[in-house]
Order: sequence, then C-alpha cells, then structure tokens
Amino acid sequence: MSAARWRRAMNTGAVGVAAAPLPAVPARSGAARSMSVDRHAAGTAPSRWKLLSRAVSVRHVLVLVFVLLLPFVATPFFTYQVAAQALIFGLIALSLSFLAGYGGMVSLAQMSVAGMAGYAVAVLGASGTESSLGWHWGAVVPIALAIAILASTLIGWLSVRTDGIYTIMITLAIGVAFYYLVLQNYSVFNGFQGFQKVYPPSVFGINWREPLPFYFLALFWAMAGYFFIQWLVRTPFGIALQGTRDNARRMNSLGFNVTAHRVAAYAVSGLLAGLGGVLLVWYNGLISPGSVGTGWLINVLVIAVLGGMKHPIGAFLGAIVFILLQTFAIDLIERERFNLLIGGVFLAIVLFSPDGLLGLWAKLRSRFGSKQAVTSTTRR
Amino acid sequence: MVSISNLQPKRASSQEPRRLATSATDKSLMSSDALVLEGVTRAFGALRAVDDVSISVAAGQKYAVLGSNGAGKTTLFNAITGDFPPTAGTIRFFGEDITALQPYERIRKGLRRTYQSSLLFKELSVRDNIFMAVRGVGSGRFSFWRAGANDASQVATDDILHRIRMDHLKDELVGNLAHGQQRQLEIGMALAGAPRLILFDEPAAGLSPAERRELVALLKGLPAHMSFVLIEHDLDIALRVVERVTVMHNGRVLRHGTPDEIENDAQVQAIYMGGKH
Repeated sequence: MSAARWRRAMNTGAVGVAAAPLPAVPARSGAARSMSVDRHAAGTAPSRWKLLSRAVSVRHVLVLVFVLLLPFVATPFFTYQVAAQALIFGLIALSLSFLAGYGGMVSLAQMSVAGMAGYAVAVLGASGTESSLGWHWGAVVPIALAIAILASTLIGWLSVRTDGIYTIMITLAIGVAFYYLVLQNYSVFNGFQGFQKVYPPSVFGINWREPLPFYFLALFWAMAGYFFIQWLVRTPFGIALQGTRDNARRMNSLGFNVTAHRVAAYAVSGLLAGLGGVLLVWYNGLISPGSVGTGWLINVLVIAVLGGMKHPIGAFLGAIVFILLQTFAIDLIERERFNLLIGGVFLAIVLFSPDGLLGLWAKLRSRFGSKQAVTSTTRR
Repeated sequence: MVSISNLQPKRASSQEPRRLATSATDKSLMSSDALVLEGVTRAFGALRAVDDVSISVAAGQKYAVLGSNGAGKTTLFNAITGDFPPTAGTIRFFGEDITALQPYERIRKGLRRTYQSSLLFKELSVRDNIFMAVRGVGSGRFSFWRAGANDASQVATDDILHRIRMDHLKDELVGNLAHGQQRQLEIGMALAGAPRLILFDEPAAGLSPAERRELVALLKGLPAHMSFVLIEHDLDIALRVVERVTVMHNGRVLRHGTPDEIENDAQVQAIYMGGKH
C-alpha cells in the first residue's frame, strides 16, 4: 500500500473510505496460510460446530479411527513393543521438536530430563530394589513431573544465553554429566544396576502393564501432548516464542523478555519429556544408566529430525519409523549389519528431505496437486 | 493530517488504553525532556562509533539526526534502545535513567523504534506481527490462553490493521509483502501501545517519490505530544518535518540547530555535497 492510502486511512479511520482497495498479494505457491484466521473471523461469528468441522478434516478422523482400532487388530507384541513405545518416544521427541521447531533451541538433554522423571518414579515409588521409598504413585508422578519441569527450567536457564552449536554442546554436557551421576552414585540411583520392576499401578481395577491398557495410556498422553502443543503455538506465548526464534533482537525491541520466554519454553518441554519419562520407565519396567546414555540423547534428536520439526506430528512420525526400524531391521538383514540398514534409511530421508518425513509429505502433496499440505515453509 | 484520536484504538472499551498503556510515573510525565543523552559513547574495540554525544529532545519535539554513512546515527539509535548499550554516558527517558535497562524494559516505558532494513517476522502473518507488537507493550505476554475476539489486544491489533489499511492482508505471511508494505507494517508496529517517543531509522528508504511525500505528511501529522527522532539521508524530508536537528560526523556531534541553521551551515553542506571536511 502506498503511504498516500495509508495516510488517508489514518485520517479517516473508518471502514469503506474512498480509497481503492489494494491488490492482494498472491501467496507463494504451496505456502500455508496463517492460521490466525481461525482466531478472528471477520463478519458473522461462526458457530462452535462450524469451527470444529473446519478444524477437523477427513484425515484427522482416519488417523483417530486407526489409532483407536489398532490394538484390536494388531498383535499384543506390536501394540506394546512398537505402537506404545513409538508413542512414548514420540512424546519425548515432541519436547525437543517444540523447543527446536518453535523456539529455535536444539537441546540434547531431553532424554536426561525424561530420565530424571523416570528415576524419580523408581526412587520414590515402588520397585524391586530395596532403596526405593515405595510412595503412592499419586504422589510420585506429580513429584516426578515437577522434578522434570524444574530440571528442564534450570537447563534452559543455563543454555539460553548460547546459540546453535554451543546450545547443543552445553546440553550434551549436562546429559553426559547426568549419565555419569546415575552410573556412579549408588546411594540414590543404585549405580550400574539401576532399578528393576518399576511397574505402572493398578488403577480402577485395570492392570496398566497389560499391552492394551498401556497402549491407551500412552496414546492418551501422546495425544494430550500433541494437542497441547498445537494449542500452545497459537497462544500469545507460542506466537512470541516463534518470534524469538525468528528474530530475538526484534522481540526485545517489541517489549518481550526473550530470555524469560526461552526459559519458559524449556519448562514446557520439561513437562512433555517428564511425561514421556514416566511412561518409559513403566514401559520398560526398569531404568538404568543405559536409559539416559549418550546413545539415547542422540536418538531423540534423530527421531525429531527424522519426522520433521515444523509440526508436532513430526515427532510421532519419526518415532514410528525409528521404532519400526529398530524392531524389525534385524529380521531383514543379518544380525551384524542391521544398524547399517537403520543408518541408511535415516540418511536417505534426511538427504532427500532436510525437513524429514514432514518435508517429504509436503513434497508429495505439492507434486500431486493438493494445496493444504503441511508445508516446509511454515512451522504451524 | 493525523489526529491524536486516530492513533488511539477506536473500538476498544474505555478501560483499554489504561490496560495497554505503558507504566509511567507521575514524575516522568512531568518531565519536559523526553530524551536526554549525556556523553553517550559506544565503542567497538578501538573504534568509537558514537563518541561523546549529548542531545536533548523535549517532550513532543520532532527531532532529526543527520549525517553521512558511517556517522554513527544507527549506532546511536541502538545505544538508545539498548540493542548495543553505550559503553559510556547516560540516557534519560522522561527523567528516568534507562542506561542500564534491557531493551524490552525501555520499550515498555513508551520508547519505540523502526529499523533501517525491515526486521519483521516473515514467517508469521501481518496480523501476528502487529499482535506481537501490541502484546509486547501490554499485558499477557506469557498467556497460555488465546485472546478472544473482544480482548483489548485483539481490538487494538485490528485497529492498527484497519488504520494502516492492511485488513485484507492480515493473514498474509509478511515474507510475501512488497517492500513498501513492509515499511508500512514497521511503522504500524511502532504505533502499538502508547508510544511517547519513536525512533524512525530512515523510514523513507526504498519508497517512491510519491510515497515519500505522503510519509512527510504522516510524520507532520503525528500527535503533538508524541516526540520522534528521525534518521534520514533525504534532507528535503528531514528538514521539513522536524523542529531541531543534530548533525553527526565520524561518531561525534558536528552541529546542533534549527533546520534553517543546519541547511545554511557551510560545513554541513560540505559534508553532504562531498566537499572537504
């Protein structure tokens, strides 16, 4: 718009002033439109039902039906070892893709945060180890989550003043330090042995360790985490966080305390990683230093990158592929070389699509004509 | 001309200006000087990009800082906003020493700026950009709740959108906008909240002659109580819209004066015409 039209608008301040409407700028091909339109529809206010039907598409319903029916058609092994595990690692990877995709901060300590929550459940709750305190799960789980949030906040507070490779290094250092702490400390963490027989409690008469209930437990919290992030990124906090990712200096000059926003994002990621950590210790039934070793710190990053970090669903897609490969690669190739297959698939995906599976999906959608793909040009 | 009422949110409730306004102490409101710089210096190693600059901008005064490329004008702005805090000297904003404050704290006190090259959030929509500017100087920066349609910040956002005639572009990604539209959005964002002093860093850069004329009219039409400091290479624009001018050269103040005095100053002319200096 020219300054002339702008000034006229400033002077009149009324709708329908005699200034010619400006030509709309054509959107880039394939670029997703801002979703703020759902926040502020012009004219008549649509009903809740219309808003809901606009937000839910056929593919959402299909995915929902699929995940609800899966355990009834799949084997208990697949339900528990593949699906439930993928949901748990998806939740932990989601905590990283939220930080990295929406906040621009790559933290390698997410598995450590999950491990802290897991260790809290094992140490404070019941396990096969005598040193466990045996507290009621109703007290243990909130405390474990609080520890995860607090630890993540502290990690954030330490690392947000750095950028890029330095953030990765400092969070890796924290992760490795935690690994050696739990490995060498016997009085609290029981050293190399860790804790065995850490099982989910029986609540409402249901044994949550059974594949079917545990799958739905993991599914519930994975979906809760997914929708929470979907919600959060459209709130003022989420929009501001994306602003700090794109231009921290400008956010400062708009009145935002960038450091505080970043630390708060770490706290949120701590909650997600903590939830994943609690579920993971119940899933494995044990926790040991190997659960928070360097390999798993990196694996969480691999899952997040593999799926794509520009949408919350990417973490779960990455986790599904990762767990499938980890579980079945050994059946496809000889035992000594199955890691080669896993590495090859990861390499192929990242080579062909730097945005992971989400980017691949967007490319396919754009090639076959749909304009509503989750694109690589936005991070909604 | 732009009236004061045009810069206030129109559809907001009567309480909204209070909710959105930045806090200001009675003492600072009574101060007649909006911005006072005393011996402000910004050094990068051995280079003193801004060297012992003292300037006083009265409340409501329209001010320009002129100088050739490399004179230290933008660095001076960065020192004022805290992007690159001064290495020496004092900055007072409406009587309050803000030298040690973080940039966001200065902004919340009613200081605003636009950037020489647009620093916008290109992957966010036009509306989100303005919404952030409104929230940045308002309340609820950490809110986990989406603002309802009747929320003061939403109303204020729509008001600015409407005022800068970008309603129809509100959902457009800023990266898709033309240069002139991005400049305009920059200024729209500077008007969010209750600005008391705006630093305009070359607002005419890249605008057509017609747009420049309209920009002059806009700057002249800003409310009487609102001060601004303008950096501008185009003397025709700068000297027409301001009451007082400081000319900088090599990081130091060369001249203070009225536009007439500056325009007729032989040394200033020499600098701008590329003569010896």
